[in-house]
Amino acid sequence: MSDQQRSTRSGATPTGRRPLVVLEGVDKHFGALHVLKAVDLTVAHGEVVVVIGPSGSGKSTLCRTINRLETIDGGRITIDGAELPAEGKELAQLRADVGMVFQSFNLFAHKTVRENVTLGPTKVRGVSAAEAKRRADALLDRVGVASQADKYPAQLSGGQQQRVAIARALAMEPKVMLFDEPTSALDPEMINEVLDVMTGLAKDGMTMVVVTHEMGFARRAADRVVFMADGQILEDAEPETFFTAPRHERSKDFLSKILTH
Amino acid sequence: MQVIVDNLDTFGRGVWGTVVLFLWGTAGSLVFGTLLAVLRVAPSAAMRAAGTAYVNLVRNTPLTLIMVFCILGLPILRITFTEEVGTQYRIYAVLALVAYTSCFVCEAIRSGINTVPVGQAEAARAIGLPFGQVLSLVVLPQAVKAVIPPLGSVLIAMLKNTSIASAASNYELISAMRNLIEQNGNAVIPILLGITVAYVLLVAVVSAVIALLERAAVTA
Repeated sequence: MSDQQRSTRSGATPTGRRPLVVLEGVDKHFGALHVLKAVDLTVAHGEVVVVIGPSGSGKSTLCRTINRLETIDGGRITIDGAELPAEGKELAQLRADVGMVFQSFNLFAHKTVRENVTLGPTKVRGVSAAEAKRRADALLDRVGVASQADKYPAQLSGGQQQRVAIARALAMEPKVMLFDEPTSALDPEMINEVLDVMTGLAKDGMTMVVVTHEMGFARRAADRVVFMADGQILEDAEPETFFTAPRHERSKDFLSKILTH
Repeated sequence: MQVIVDNLDTFGRGVWGTVVLFLWGTAGSLVFGTLLAVLRVAPSAAMRAAGTAYVNLVRNTPLTLIMVFCILGLPILRITFTEEVGTQYRIYAVLALVAYTSCFVCEAIRSGINTVPVGQAEAARAIGLPFGQVLSLVVLPQAVKAVIPPLGSVLIAMLKNTSIASAASNYELISAMRNLIEQNGNAVIPILLGITVAYVLLVAVVSAVIALLERAAVTA
């Protein structure tokens, strides 16, 4: 896309990089509840966007619409220029390019740690078993759980499980990684080991959408902070700007509640 | 019990007939029941509706009616499988058992699927597995543990339901019982007891196999 085109497009990103994930006017209802109200969001290649907001603000739902774990009622989502297809083979292929890390880890309980990481590459990407194992071991080493490769998820601590879940997502060599409150289910002493891995990823240039309450991570690793409340994006700013000079009443209120400790 | 000993061949033919109906019925209902369960959890609304409609229609119909439909209705509809009459009626009876029992197999599998946390399927979808592999590689292997006990009950019920095939020109335990009673009117009680023992022992074998599978699934 040329610079001129980019400047005329509402979805252009502040950093001026090529858009990778674009949400336009995304609407979503849960019954009578309007959880996403015409949400626009653009995430550029290599950008780390942290989504924060009070619970029930729609931030997790927003994250889950990006790989269509939640369907949307209106609007448009494109990833690398391609619109999210409906259920079927095409959608599965697209999901392979979008890594996802869940709050509750969701490691495959009946498979070993290594099998968790090799399943996607062998079944979806057609990588040979030997090659998948080699890459899995390298990834497990990178997230610091190489010694646990032959154990089952239930034998690992929460922090270890979440790092395996990150390795599992990375094994697909995704274009973008979604993190849906990755540290919310963790004991405090395990949060940093997961955040360290995520910070490392951000430094390596991975495109990331992170729903989190970890303000330290947002300051350290995010290019932008998006503040959501009542299904709308109220602020979209660089971390320093957002944390030091929030514009919206709701964000001021939210920050005062979480930054006091 | 002398009457059973004297007529072991008739008795044995009855046991064999029941066992054959049961084994074919089991194989057929496991396959068709699994297919129905897949339909009922499929992403497509049309597939789910088809699965639900079949289960509700057939499960709510008495097996006797389904059996009669198979032996009287299918020939009228010119649906035949072989020239040999005995085999033909055995196939009709197995079809009726499979059509009926599959509904219960489907529901046992579906309840097992519901015991697997939804996050497991979401994680499988998130790494790009298509629907079939989400089920076969992630959800069903974890559902098996919860499926085996109710499935055992379903198969035991089917073993006893094979008795209805006696009304469909199939020779099995109940047919043997009828023959024996006709020929030995003075020994009705021993004959009934003998047939009962045969069913109880057959069910005991099925239960033992189920228990073995259950143990294997739990330790796996």
